[in-house]
Amino acid sequence: MNPAVRVRGLEKHFPRVHALRGVDLEIAAGEFFALLGPNGAGKTTLISLLAGLTRASAGSAEIMGYDVVSQYREARRNLGVVPQELVFDPFFTVRESLQFQSGYFGLKHNDAWIDELLEHLGLTDKADTNMRRLSGGMKRRALVAQALVHKPPVIVLDEPTAGVDVELRQSLWAFIRSLNRQGHTILLTTHYLEEAETLCERVAMLKEGRIVALDRTANLLKAGAERRLELELDGPLPAFLTPRLKGREGERYLLDLPDYGELEGILAGLREAGVTVREMNVRQADLEDVFLSVMGRPPEGALPSPPAPLPEGEGSA
Amino acid sequence: MTGFLTLLKKEVLRFWKVLLQTVAAPILTALLYLLIFSHVLEAHVQVYPGVGYTAFLMPGLIMMSLLQNAFANASSSLIQSKITGNIVFILLPPISHLEFFSAYLIASMLRGLAVGFGVMVVGMLFTPLPMAHPAWVLTYALLSGAAFGAIGILAGIWADKFDHLSGVQNFVIMPLTFLSGVFYSIHSLPVFWQTVSHFNPVFYMIDGFRYGFFGMADVSPWQGLAAVLPCTLVLAGAAWWMIRSGYKLRH
Repeated sequence: MNPAVRVRGLEKHFPRVHALRGVDLEIAAGEFFALLGPNGAGKTTLISLLAGLTRASAGSAEIMGYDVVSQYREARRNLGVVPQELVFDPFFTVRESLQFQSGYFGLKHNDAWIDELLEHLGLTDKADTNMRRLSGGMKRRALVAQALVHKPPVIVLDEPTAGVDVELRQSLWAFIRSLNRQGHTILLTTHYLEEAETLCERVAMLKEGRIVALDRTANLLKAGAERRLELELDGPLPAFLTPRLKGREGERYLLDLPDYGELEGILAGLREAGVTVREMNVRQADLEDVFLSVMGRPPEGALPSPPAPLPEGEGSA
Repeated sequence: MTGFLTLLKKEVLRFWKVLLQTVAAPILTALLYLLIFSHVLEAHVQVYPGVGYTAFLMPGLIMMSLLQNAFANASSSLIQSKITGNIVFILLPPISHLEFFSAYLIASMLRGLAVGFGVMVVGMLFTPLPMAHPAWVLTYALLSGAAFGAIGILAGIWADKFDHLSGVQNFVIMPLTFLSGVFYSIHSLPVFWQTVSHFNPVFYMIDGFRYGFFGMADVSPWQGLAAVLPCTLVLAGAAWWMIRSGYKLRH
């Protein structure tokens, strides 16, 4: 069986930017795959090449085995793209937009599926509203619906949850997950690394037009940044712990903890030294740590999201 | 085929939904020209024997409106889609270059014909208009509409902002149409400008169109056809080629 997406030696030169520098990538049918990278890494360029919106300087791309240039009709029929920008046609209603989109894909009687899409995306009561009058979140849903009118086996979402509120984000992911369970291949780019971590089986990280990491999410997490023990003590750090010290923030010490088994020894040592633990946290490496270390920025003493207690008085507001 | 028909329908609906602006307004403008010029000149000017100036003016105004609106339709639709970004809805589906090209071209021709027909019907309330050779009227209407629809596609794809487009509109389309014998016969011009007019394809469009109504014109309709047909084919070919190349659409 052909992979859902196959990219070989893909290069893209823009007049001033070398956006892709030889990208090779295969995504199997049915995968939930994330493409990560900082702004300007080439994510959107890669997606545009798959969609035929941009033409490659060198290399080739296939969707379900169809070359995106020489077999563009088949390739595009197999691909649904949710663009990053909130684009819409101000002349038409949600339903009209979906009907036109169906027609562009050669589908004549698509109303049953359009109704189903509207239902799934919570757009039923907005079906006859002009696109102009929809809120940002609603426009995003309409874009998702537009990408799905032709039931494409491969679905590409470019930053689908940028600027979307939490509730919509969750319902959107629930919907996309169910599509994945039905066998659709999902390729997404996102800035929210925790989304990629929870949703995606495999992750590719792009940096300056190259893939710098490509693995199962679980493997990346395993191989990524180490586990850390965060301690807040009522006294100074006992000397036996200084070799483990990786960083410090006020009263909070950040210690190396390669193995959970060592936790007991550390606590026993502290008791012996007469130091009381005020607060303790074990922080697992998350995709953000992996991302930062892959992107070459040192995860400096990092406490990306310390569950810091609120200063007094602010909790009641 | 469904893709082409859907795109055509969408392009027609796009102007049809704002009929007041896209069809009614240009008809009114043409009507104002007709009223004012005929009021001033009807008593003083007779270009062809037995044809009043108001009647003489009509084919010119109909053709001018047809051309300007055929141009406006494709060009404004494309630039709006490019600027708002919704052009991706047309670029993502499996629509071929030829389908893309023909849908925009035919929609432009339909808008031009709708406006032209409206000007004709409303104008006939003021003056009777004969139609000596309907086949020539139709031939010139279709060929000229296609030529300007193609210019609209070329300009709409080339332009990066509305400024560029109004540049084409004001510095190319307006002078070409105004200086082509809409309001006068080129025989009334000095010899030099008569010669210059013979290099303006729009002159032949209007002249041949006028021949269809009155059975007389400045040059033979066949000579006009020899000028207009290649012109339309070249413009349409260029527009199709531009879409096929992906210029400014698929980077």
